[in-house]
Amino acid sequence: MRVALFLTCVNDTLYPDTGRAVVKLLTRLGVEVDFPMAQTCCGQAHYNTGYRHEAEPLAVKFSDVFRDYEAIVTPSGSCGAMVRELYPRMGERARAEGRGDALAATLAPVVPKTYELTEFLVDVLGVTDVGAYYPHKVTYHPTCHGLRGLGLGDRPRRLLQAVKGLELAELPGAEECCGFGGTFALKNSDVSAAMGVDKVRNAESTGAEVLCAADNSCLMHIGGTMARLRVGMRPVHIAEILASTEEEPLA
Amino acid sequence: MSGTYLGMPAFPAAAHEAVRDRTLRGNLRHATHTIRAKRAKAVAEVSDWAALREAGRQIKDHTLRHLDRYLVQLEESVTAAGGVVHWAADADEANRIVAELVRATGESEVVKVKSMATQEIGLNEALEAEGIRAYETDLAELIVQLGKDRPSHILVPAIHRNRGEIRDIFRSEMAEWGRPAPEGLTDTPAELAEAARLHLREKFLRAKVGISGANFMVAETGTLVVVESEGNGRMCVTLPETLISVVGIEKIVPTWRDLEVFLQTLPRSSTAERMNPYTSTWTGTTDEDGPNTFHLVLLDNGRTDTLADQVGRQALRCIRCSACLNVCPVYERAGGHAYGSVYPGPIGAILSPQLRGTQSEIDASLPYASSLCGACYEVCPVAIDIPEVLVHLRERVVQGGPVTRGGNKVVLRPAKGHAAERAAMRASRWAFGHPGVLRTGQRLASRSRRFLPRTLPGPGRAWSASRDLPQVPAEPFRDWWQRTRGGKDGGDGK
Repeated sequence: MRVALFLTCVNDTLYPDTGRAVVKLLTRLGVEVDFPMAQTCCGQAHYNTGYRHEAEPLAVKFSDVFRDYEAIVTPSGSCGAMVRELYPRMGERARAEGRGDALAATLAPVVPKTYELTEFLVDVLGVTDVGAYYPHKVTYHPTCHGLRGLGLGDRPRRLLQAVKGLELAELPGAEECCGFGGTFALKNSDVSAAMGVDKVRNAESTGAEVLCAADNSCLMHIGGTMARLRVGMRPVHIAEILASTEEEPLA
Repeated sequence: MSGTYLGMPAFPAAAHEAVRDRTLRGNLRHATHTIRAKRAKAVAEVSDWAALREAGRQIKDHTLRHLDRYLVQLEESVTAAGGVVHWAADADEANRIVAELVRATGESEVVKVKSMATQEIGLNEALEAEGIRAYETDLAELIVQLGKDRPSHILVPAIHRNRGEIRDIFRSEMAEWGRPAPEGLTDTPAELAEAARLHLREKFLRAKVGISGANFMVAETGTLVVVESEGNGRMCVTLPETLISVVGIEKIVPTWRDLEVFLQTLPRSSTAERMNPYTSTWTGTTDEDGPNTFHLVLLDNGRTDTLADQVGRQALRCIRCSACLNVCPVYERAGGHAYGSVYPGPIGAILSPQLRGTQSEIDASLPYASSLCGACYEVCPVAIDIPEVLVHLRERVVQGGPVTRGGNKVVLRPAKGHAAERAAMRASRWAFGHPGVLRTGQRLASRSRRFLPRTLPGPGRAWSASRDLPQVPAEPFRDWWQRTRGGKDGGDGK
């Protein structure tokens, strides 16, 4: 199977390790991975801040770049939900505004083929034990768009539970937002920071060494808060844990 | 916190204080977490919750689509039952109608059952200006009124107060409004409730005029419905000689049968009860029983404008259960007052900017008072997609566009204060449209990463004041990909 990796602009620029982990993991599972170099951004930040007309060309570009692949895999619940939930809505709005079906037709092909990483592993590849080894105590934060947008359910947890050596600690208030919310983190920084502190304190109470999530932007906010609070925990993307093996452990 | 909602600062400024108020944060956290857990349990008991939610959505949507027809039917039914219907296009007109109705009775005091519509239009202040004193009789509303405060929650308007604060308010303020608080009042719930009971009984037994809202209006019979926990509302709608009900036009349901759905979903969503303690219904007037004069003031105040908006109109489905407030992480930290409206929380963030327009600073900021986490949509018993409407209203704020105001189509200009953001969004869209530009930027950041500041200037300070910045990596992913895989099966770099 040959899939396209949609890495998202945040991962590409700030968290290349996540991308390398996805490549390593999928390759190990026998999947042929391609990274179309023309990809950039799905347009979520623009769309959610109210700039739908700036987001539309980016969505069209996304579709142009990815439409011919069998599947599109992304290590981001948030960007995955953008494509699956909001691209169809962009098409509907364009139609309601009398701009016809063109946008909907352009975006439609990529919508059902886009998978968040854990969804792809469990639903498409049908694996929960990916042969990973990660001897640490980990707590898992289900990020909002993965949880409620894509309905990832217990897929990430099942994958983590199957990791050799990993001890999974339940996170109190797990389903509460960490406070990132894209431009919300800047526009309402006081509330965002307060939410982040509560999330970190809850994570700290589990005694875990690592807080794991499937979205680097949420991890950037949580990790930045951890660093500021000087908490002895670190944020790690789930892809890196799943890519880690006894032969090649995660650094 | 007192005064009116007009001239409220934007949400972030209002929230700034609340986030630092430890007592307020503690009160809100305790209250919302308690009710959140109870609600989840009460909802889980119902095997067909999803079907009830869908039924509620459909009944409301159907009614809104044919609102004109059902409003006329309601007016005919109310009139046939001996009531008088008044139509109020806005707050001023509604206040004028109510004041005239009260003045016609010769009374200068009225008792009120908690009503969001009258809070929305500022009726108490308008009556005060006419020399008429309105006594709030819902316990939480009483606390708010005595404390010269504003409500901060739809269902529990005094949620931001703890028992100690309530005792202090009763002790210092009750005497000025009527029967004083008993000597040596403590903060035990039973004593506080008894103090309120004694204080309010005097008002109920003396009042000749009652003012109420309604949770529902049944078009087929002209019946109004109030759902409550204390029984004070029932006293208000049965004891006085004259009853004036002020109700938003969207509160209609076509038939009694439709009520069945909401009488199941509303109590479980709001108070986590299987059934609320008091459900009062009244239909016009009846000889020798209840008020002998009944007036219904039907309030528009921005509702038909909201109805004209294809995406935003779903906000009018709201049955004011407040489940969205209780799960909202932003409400929990910012408190209800920060929303600058009688409707706080996620529903307030989409309702207020539609009812009032997005021109004021507070209304333009409300669509951004959310991290779009979606918890509000998940709990809404009539399936209002609040995140969808928030994004839709954000678009209205930053890009302008056609809206209906006062029944007229107008084209809004983009709100001020977003010029830099708009430029940044355009620039980033352009850069993202050109992968080469993105790549140059990434490399620049990588090469200068040792010199990047730990704290950011300008708007970036909003981030770096409370969170560390991530380390910029030595090599962006796409460079690694091309270096290691590019020649083999990498993309074409187009």
